[in-house]
Amino acid sequence: MGGSMFVAPEINYLALLPLIIVFVGGLLGCLVEGFVKKELRYTVQLPLAVATLVLALAALVLLGQDNQGLTAVETVALDGPALVLQGLILVLSVVGLLVMGERLGGGQPDAFTQSGASVPGSEDEALSVRVGATTTEVFPLTLLSVGGMMLFVSANDLLLLFIALEILSLPLYVLAGLARRRRLLSQEASLKYFLLGSFASAFFLFGAVLLYGFAGSMRFADIAAAVGTNVGMDALLVPGVLLVAVGLLFKVGAVPFHAWTPDVYQGAPTPVTGFMAAVTKVAAFGAMLRVLYVALEGAALDWQPALAVVATLSMVVGALLAIVQTDVKRILAYSSIAHAGFILTGVIALSEVGISSTIFYLATYGFMTIPAFAIVFLVRSAGTEATHVDQWSGLAKRSPWLAAAFSFLLMAMAGIPLTSGFTGKFAVFSAAVSQGWAWLAVVGVLASAVTAYIYFKLIVLMYTGDRVSSTTVVSPSWMTSFAILFGVAVTLALGVMPAPVLELAQSAAAFVR
Amino acid sequence: MNFPWLTTLLVLPLVGALVVAVLPKASTLVRPVALGTSLLTLGVGIAALTQYQLGGGSGQFQLTEVHAWIPQFGVSYALGVDGISLTMILLALILVPICLIAAWDDVPAVGRRQHLYFALMLALTSTIVGVFAAIDVFLFYIFFEVMLIPVYFLIGIFGGSRRARAATTFLLYSLAGGLIMLVAVIGVYLAGPRGADGFLLTNLAGMDLSVEAGRWLFLGFFIAFAIKAPMWPVHTWLPLAAEQSRPATSVLLVGVLDKVGTYGMIRFCLSLFPEASQWATPVVITLALISLFWGAFMAIGSTDILRLISYTSISHFGFIVLGIFAFTTVSHTGATLYMVNHGFTTAGLFLVAGMLIVRRGSRDLRDFGGWQRVTPLIAGALLISGLSALSLPGLNSFVSEFLVIVGTFQRNAWLGLIATLGVVLAAVYVLVMYRKVATGPRPEGLDVPDMTGREKWVVAPLIAAFLILGFYPKPVLDVLEPAVQQTLQSVGVADPVPAVDTANAEGRGR
Repeated sequence: MGGSMFVAPEINYLALLPLIIVFVGGLLGCLVEGFVKKELRYTVQLPLAVATLVLALAALVLLGQDNQGLTAVETVALDGPALVLQGLILVLSVVGLLVMGERLGGGQPDAFTQSGASVPGSEDEALSVRVGATTTEVFPLTLLSVGGMMLFVSANDLLLLFIALEILSLPLYVLAGLARRRRLLSQEASLKYFLLGSFASAFFLFGAVLLYGFAGSMRFADIAAAVGTNVGMDALLVPGVLLVAVGLLFKVGAVPFHAWTPDVYQGAPTPVTGFMAAVTKVAAFGAMLRVLYVALEGAALDWQPALAVVATLSMVVGALLAIVQTDVKRILAYSSIAHAGFILTGVIALSEVGISSTIFYLATYGFMTIPAFAIVFLVRSAGTEATHVDQWSGLAKRSPWLAAAFSFLLMAMAGIPLTSGFTGKFAVFSAAVSQGWAWLAVVGVLASAVTAYIYFKLIVLMYTGDRVSSTTVVSPSWMTSFAILFGVAVTLALGVMPAPVLELAQSAAAFVR
Repeated sequence: MNFPWLTTLLVLPLVGALVVAVLPKASTLVRPVALGTSLLTLGVGIAALTQYQLGGGSGQFQLTEVHAWIPQFGVSYALGVDGISLTMILLALILVPICLIAAWDDVPAVGRRQHLYFALMLALTSTIVGVFAAIDVFLFYIFFEVMLIPVYFLIGIFGGSRRARAATTFLLYSLAGGLIMLVAVIGVYLAGPRGADGFLLTNLAGMDLSVEAGRWLFLGFFIAFAIKAPMWPVHTWLPLAAEQSRPATSVLLVGVLDKVGTYGMIRFCLSLFPEASQWATPVVITLALISLFWGAFMAIGSTDILRLISYTSISHFGFIVLGIFAFTTVSHTGATLYMVNHGFTTAGLFLVAGMLIVRRGSRDLRDFGGWQRVTPLIAGALLISGLSALSLPGLNSFVSEFLVIVGTFQRNAWLGLIATLGVVLAAVYVLVMYRKVATGPRPEGLDVPDMTGREKWVVAPLIAAFLILGFYPKPVLDVLEPAVQQTLQSVGVADPVPAVDTANAEGRGR
């Protein structure tokens, strides 16, 4: 193309419509922040955000099927996996948003600070509390992040992938710092997330540059072609692959790039933690699948062993360190690390079953994680979240239904049959075994047994603990109730009747190249 | 004609459990509803038995129901029974109402605890039916795992002072074993014909396995079943769990659930991996003998009555595994019959022990003595259960133990001789237990009632079972034998020719 005139790229706007809707909705939300009166903002923002996501989902369902393929000069791939993952991101985000919108019957969004920018304990903060300032910036921030995630799973070009990574990450860095209680912890979480995330981005970018040097292009198809032909350039390829993988593995919280996870999950506002844990994983694994399967399939011998080590470490470290935690949010954080390891076993399989099982696992994990954190959000003592495990002792006596729901979700995380967690684990492990990674599945099942220990300990604590504590469960609005019920229902449905969703995941298990 | 008998057996207790769970807080109907459900289920079970054709029917399994469930994984909802599984299901269905009567006053009706206890017992019944009736490997695995949940809560919520530890140990052991089996389950599917019903047992029989793969898969299943059974050295969870459970829970745990281990060995290890089963026989038999003696010696040394009984079970499971892996029709029939007998015997021991514990407020044998004079009926029940455990001729266990030893003898005379020593040890621990509890001078200041009317209802059916199975085991054997033949056929081992000293390649005991 050297020397030719600039040609406007052909862009299939219909295919991109869901993305556009989400971004426009996010920008509208920003305008609302600026122009709508303080008292009205919440009543405008929440419906706007939910409507945006629902509209995007509708557009995706109606238009997605007929507009598959590569577009925007092959930088965006809209294929089966991309559509399914985008749909999953949207549905999970709706559920997550409903939890974020919970106000616990009060006049303010209780999870979030009135003044995110103020120094904790400062006069500024005291003032904003006194005047009853409300912040609703979480809604547009979430929408922008969701947009980034949707782009992330369909990016077919390393540079676009990087841009999407930043779009999805930056709002999350801010969201993590907005917790109303424990301001210092929350700001620390935000800073930590931001710094480490920036490092990860830098690694990713460096890897992308190396791959560019290797292939002369950032398009996945070009890289894939170069992997097949550029023999003897492993010095660029291998580090490039590994550095790109570091950036993605950081996002999913896999060991040894996991160190931020417990602190950030603990410090972030709990509804944000749920959203972050569930949806970011979907996006990051989606992108990882595409990079590894489309661009780097030919280099599998280089990345499979490395990923196998990472998966093993994630499962083992996540499971073992979960045992010693005394904070419910940290337990869930470490369990998410272990889950990242389980999902990786599906990714490593490098086959169509690998794609479909990974997607299926992501769905199961998302629908059990958001309600789990929503429940953590509701369990309170003296006005703040009671996240210490001792405070959950005997909870079932006071709130049998909530305890039952949480127990069920924990069983799903443990992978007990007839819950979605088991179906998901079975899917990824059988994918791994079928491709000759039986030892990885063995590590996985043993790690599952270890994680089950901590989950069941928590369950029995809720049911038999008789320690008198002031822990209460606030009664949620319909939004959180719906989010929890929906999550539990999906978790049960995917355990008992997983066939339709498996069918969907399998039919959508081919990438366009 | 094609009434879904097994599904009914599966769903009925579950419905009962749900009804019990949602009964109003102060309801007095909890226990009657639970008992009624269990009796109704037993009735349906007996009706199903009448539909079962002895040695007849087409194929190995009868009363089958097969529906596609998760075709993407090759999973079907497939139920069916042969003689062995039908007998085990009926054993469970008979024991459950007895256990419920025994547990009548165990749980005070404070809050919803009683609801929970009886609902869990019924839910457990349902999973027991499922685990024995599943003829799809995946479905079996699901019941195998789900079964843990009610037991975990029954121990963890309603157990003794160290219940949390006991429940956790139980769960971790079982889950670890089960999850290892999961990998083997996946492996079996991949080695089989695959496809939408690739997990059906009938499709998996005779799959073309490499020797190496078969052995690995065998191990995956065997480890899980050895933990469940439990065999030495992975037995350590059982004494703790049995000691910390309520007696009624222990009965179902030791009397029925542990049979899933030996049942699984027969159904899956032997039928699916005949070559590997023969390959592993020397080691398995060694472990079985160690279990046999280990359990017996530990029982002799125990001072906790529940712990003692659970150790006797480990010894008896050694017998059962020995009978299974001696690979003769006689020993195999004996082993399967032993599974039934042991269920009743253990139930007798645990439930009578429960009566003693309630009265004395202690499980320690040293706190007893002379009870023969205070509570003659209970002491008598303890004695007859104990005699059944030591295989007194005329009582149930004798027949099965005799068959196991004779069959083992056919295979290898030395092995039979060694096993016979176990019988002697059984006499020791049973009689020592009885002496410590019941004989001696009348204890000072002990004023407890003898057996109540309710407790008589617990003991009477068990003693009846001891006697009937002791004198006339033929009906049960008739049900068991065709299934045993079928299993041995699939393993491909012929009975040794009697009294001919040939170098039988498969018959080497150790």
